[in-house]
Amino acid sequence: MSDYAVIKGTSYILAHTPDMILHNGTTQTMERLASPQSEYLKQIPNYLRSFDEVLSYPPNQVYVGNNKPEELHKYEKPWFDKKIEAASRYGWFGEIMPQDEFLALIKMVDVFDLVLLEKSFTNVAKKKINNHPMMTSNLKSRLKDGEDIAVIEKFIKEQQAEALYHDSKLVGCVKRAHEIDVNLNAHVIHENLISKASGVLAFLNLISKNDIDVDSIDYVIECSEEACGDMNQRGGGNFAKAIAEMGGAVNATGSDIRAFCAAPVHALITASALVKSGTFKNVVIVAGSAVAKLGMNGKDHVKKGIPILEDVLGGFAVLISENDGVNPVVRTDLVGSHKVGTGSSPQAVMTSLIADPLDKGGLKITDVDKYSVEMQNPDITKPAGAGDVPESNYKMIAALGVKRKELERKDIATFAKEHGMPGWAPTQGHIPSGVPYIGHAREALLNGDIERTMVVGKGSLFLARMTNQFDGVSVIIEKNIVGADEKATGISEDEVKKMIAEAMRNFASHLLEG
Amino acid sequence: MSFFDGKKVIIIGDRDGIPGPAIEECLKTTEAEIVFSATECFV
Repeated sequence: MSDYAVIKGTSYILAHTPDMILHNGTTQTMERLASPQSEYLKQIPNYLRSFDEVLSYPPNQVYVGNNKPEELHKYEKPWFDKKIEAASRYGWFGEIMPQDEFLALIKMVDVFDLVLLEKSFTNVAKKKINNHPMMTSNLKSRLKDGEDIAVIEKFIKEQQAEALYHDSKLVGCVKRAHEIDVNLNAHVIHENLISKASGVLAFLNLISKNDIDVDSIDYVIECSEEACGDMNQRGGGNFAKAIAEMGGAVNATGSDIRAFCAAPVHALITASALVKSGTFKNVVIVAGSAVAKLGMNGKDHVKKGIPILEDVLGGFAVLISENDGVNPVVRTDLVGSHKVGTGSSPQAVMTSLIADPLDKGGLKITDVDKYSVEMQNPDITKPAGAGDVPESNYKMIAALGVKRKELERKDIATFAKEHGMPGWAPTQGHIPSGVPYIGHAREALLNGDIERTMVVGKGSLFLARMTNQFDGVSVIIEKNIVGADEKATGISEDEVKKMIAEAMRNFASHLLEG
Repeated sequence: MSFFDGKKVIIIGDRDGIPGPAIEECLKTTEAEIVFSATECFV
């Protein structure tokens, strides 16, 4: 048996936070600064979806694992007016949490008493969150009894606390953690606590849905796009340990990996290498959400008369463990990377991310059953003019296949359907980048529906103004079979068995002849 | 004489399409003046 690390469990969560679109999404906060009387801002309440609408939205049900990605082909695009009947909040991989419970969770993961929730709101939220199947007694006890609304209003008015709303009503605030330090102001603390809370929710779902012994986890890698620190170390970290603490992983330490949207695939490769090397046995990669991206394309959605579809926060977690002979293996020897010297032409990018890992394993483009690329939901991106991102990626992979003479030109049109999937992930930056398929891939690899997938993550490093480079990494995940090491180099376990059987037959026939 | 010769060019590249530096590279064979080049992330 190979010593590649395996994907032992996954979780995927969403939190429906419609009030945060208006108050915390940067498209809206920038609009308010530039044009306080904006028509767009006035129209937003008319374009918000209810929790039930968010639940029954087909891409969301795919995200939490109740439906397979391929099932989206049954629904004609656009999908925002299509429904999955009897859609469930709880999914095979995770859940879709309503806003009031999520606000309570933000309070529960706050260890510096920076979140205040109003008393009556707390009472209602407490009843709901106490019924949540995964909340530990320690977490539940952290909600406390709530605060008078006058106190909350005072903090917002006098100390620039960030307001928290539910159903357009003020229900709480996030206080600043320092009077002067901008890295600890209320806005940053709010953003970071939301990322932490959604990361914790993903972590709890991972443990619960996959029946994992939380004490066995010895390392956590967090890979969102937020930065926590203070004026002397702006991005000091460490979200990973903060999430592990809330998740009860007492035997774990951890660290954060940052690479914009590509960070989750960097984390997947790093975690798998740590396990393969024997440094750690059970490594969780986890990421919470990006609250700033709520309603990012809202202006275009409203302009086209469709609901604001960026109304959910996302999160995910994956457990990487030692090879158990069952779960799919992460082929850390078949990795692609966009290097400093790769260049930025589409051909160079695709060669480094797609062709290089294939060549290392002696594989063809068509040997990968499913490519998981940037899995953004086209319902969100197409009305904003950004096109169907997964489909564009599949066309480029197919073109590379034609260039390598592994595909016929006529096959480009069908490549996306055969080796790709429609996008279903919310545009939460790092959340759609390669990783949304790992949960479905694990199921498909365990069931024998597919043999091999490639996960590709890309990140826009240039947004930080430190380099003009962007980034990308990729890795192949395969069905767990004995002799997986040899398979990619041309000899499979079955072939070895056939060769031995043939040799035995020859030997036996010689004996008979003798 | 190329279409771009003597022209001032503003480049807005797309990370998931053709990034700015790749367009810049193409324009090096012309006598265009690149006055601004950036790559944007639309997702």
